[in-house]
Amino acid sequence: MKARLAIAACAVAALASGNLYAQSTLDAVKSKGYVQCGVNTGLAGFSQPDSRGVWKGIDVDACRAVAAAVFGDASKVRYTPLTAQQRFTALQSGEVDVLARNTTWTITRDTGLGLNFVGTNYYDGQGFMVPKKLGVTSAKQLNGATICVQPGTTTELNLADYFRANRMSFKPVVIEKLEEVVSAYFAGRCDVYTTDVSGLVSVRASRAQNVADHVILPEVISKEPLGPVVRHGDDRWFDVVKWSLIATIEAEEMGLSSKNIDQNLSSTNPAVQRFVGATGDIGKQLGVDNRWAYNIVKQVGNYGESFEANLTPLGFDRGLNRLWTQGGLMYAPPVR
Amino acid sequence: MRARAIAAQLALLAAVAFVVWYLASNTAQNLDARKIASGFGFLAREAGFEIGEAPFLAYSAADSYARAILVGLINTFRVALIGVVLATVIGTVVGLARLSHNWLLSRLATGYVELLRNVPLLVQLFFLYAVITENLPGTRQALEPLPGVFLSNRGIAFPVLEAHAVHAWMVAALAASAVLAWLAARWGRRRQARTGQPFPALIVGAALMLGLPLAVFLAAGAPLALARPALQGFNFAGGGTLSPEFAALTGGLTLYTAAFIAEIVRAGVQSVDRGQSEAAYSLGLSRRRTTRLVILPQALRVIVPPLTSQYLNLTKNSSLAVAIGYPDLVSIANTTMNQTGQAIEGIAIIMAVYLTISLSISALMNWYNKRIALKGARR
Repeated sequence: MKARLAIAACAVAALASGNLYAQSTLDAVKSKGYVQCGVNTGLAGFSQPDSRGVWKGIDVDACRAVAAAVFGDASKVRYTPLTAQQRFTALQSGEVDVLARNTTWTITRDTGLGLNFVGTNYYDGQGFMVPKKLGVTSAKQLNGATICVQPGTTTELNLADYFRANRMSFKPVVIEKLEEVVSAYFAGRCDVYTTDVSGLVSVRASRAQNVADHVILPEVISKEPLGPVVRHGDDRWFDVVKWSLIATIEAEEMGLSSKNIDQNLSSTNPAVQRFVGATGDIGKQLGVDNRWAYNIVKQVGNYGESFEANLTPLGFDRGLNRLWTQGGLMYAPPVR
Repeated sequence: MRARAIAAQLALLAAVAFVVWYLASNTAQNLDARKIASGFGFLAREAGFEIGEAPFLAYSAADSYARAILVGLINTFRVALIGVVLATVIGTVVGLARLSHNWLLSRLATGYVELLRNVPLLVQLFFLYAVITENLPGTRQALEPLPGVFLSNRGIAFPVLEAHAVHAWMVAALAASAVLAWLAARWGRRRQARTGQPFPALIVGAALMLGLPLAVFLAAGAPLALARPALQGFNFAGGGTLSPEFAALTGGLTLYTAAFIAEIVRAGVQSVDRGQSEAAYSLGLSRRRTTRLVILPQALRVIVPPLTSQYLNLTKNSSLAVAIGYPDLVSIANTTMNQTGQAIEGIAIIMAVYLTISLSISALMNWYNKRIALKGARR
């Protein structure tokens, strides 16, 4: 509560003070020596500190890719854990340089909040989780249910829309912190917990006493493309963050991984040569080191590696997040 | 000399005006450059989110942001009002208990005050909320401590009187009896001034205010139809309910603030010199009248000003609701800010509302304080 007011106050102060982007974020990041990245307060597989306090997850990897591109060192990231309600204010006010916090790309956010979405690092949809013992098999049977949800999310709006469209009623229990809202669900305060299916799988794997006691209902009621966000009006920084994400997908498409990228440094394939920075000046045009893409793949890995390291162990299926060549939606514009 | 003072004040005024103008214009410029929407136009747009508790004002996701914020405001008032009343009652009882000659009672009261005052309120709220949601059974195994009253982790469901035409008449009777009681008390005071005969205003007033509505109720044939809660699908339907969030927040705020009020009451009573009661006794006043006519008026002078700030604290602390999911003003304004991205407007609304509430409480309590201040002793 205090933290949020403080952030809001900072936002007000920052917006009220002098012009923030006389300088590009890229220059500011280079001169301070690290990328300040806004992440989730703790969502297994997306961003969560491990037992040694090191942040892990695919959102964390999106931040590390940016650091690898800018500094040639993926570890030059500092993390700011943010709740759903704090995240946009934190980015708007300049408290973080990138927001990689399983955030859904919508037109209102893209146009009204002064933000730009750089792409999608996880294609998701909203679902419902219920305790098995309730015997519910479809979301259509949830009339009158009490539903736990986090505030300030698209989830909260989709939920209201879905019940309105189906002429059903529900009682929301709206709690800001992920930990608290999940505790409320597992304590039985709510019949249902709703968020993106990825979040349901993650929470079930990391918090349920017995995974089999909770079922995720078959209905997926929305499209939730999740991706990193930057401030509006700073095109150079926008480009760096956007292409850092694309490079990880392109690498997977080209068959380049952290394990084989060194052998491919001397590849004769012109596309690979351009990608690793042996020829051409793509990196320079982007305003970073010419070996930016090599550094990303070497230190962070390609998209598939990141997915397998962070999400597969929790029981995630690649599903929509397969490469387009394999029937998924992950498609990288050409790096040339 | 006078001209210089005026010039200095004008310069200060100009400086303040310049700072305000600078901040405002810079903010507007930056918002515009970043394409962040501004203005209060969003208030009329459809909110699109549901609210868990909307008593007294029907609300659905199809209503506007303005209405959603109003629901939040009502929820804040509900907690603050009930909290203030309960905290005053509990605080007074505990404060007097601390002064008791009964060793156990006074130590228990001391323990209560020390424990509650020295643990952060947020921690107490989390604790209470966890106790309620983790320990109570689900709706299907709900406890039934009294017939028709169900206790579960969805809160407490209880029967309520079904609406009946006689209720409006009972309220009217209550209002009428209040006026009568006031008139009787005034007549009693005047007669006492004239003849010295005391008049039991309190007893007569209470009898009037209880008796008249009861008479109306009985005259209408005592309609006692109850709307009973019944388990229906996932939850109890019918009757009244209090949610765990409301219970935890009101309980937490009340117990915490009562600890402070207890200390204020104790200090107030102890501030009255013992000579005052001794003097009253030697005049032949009874113990009860000594308390009512001599001790209490003097103690209240000490109690009321710090009590006011406790009321303000309780109201402002109710914004901790957001941590345990009670939809108060701050919680809903935050959601609004997040959905619309208009943080400055949202914060402005929150500040304006709390400022209004706090200044109103202050004004009311200052008026009361003036009334009970020693006549002629005003500074």
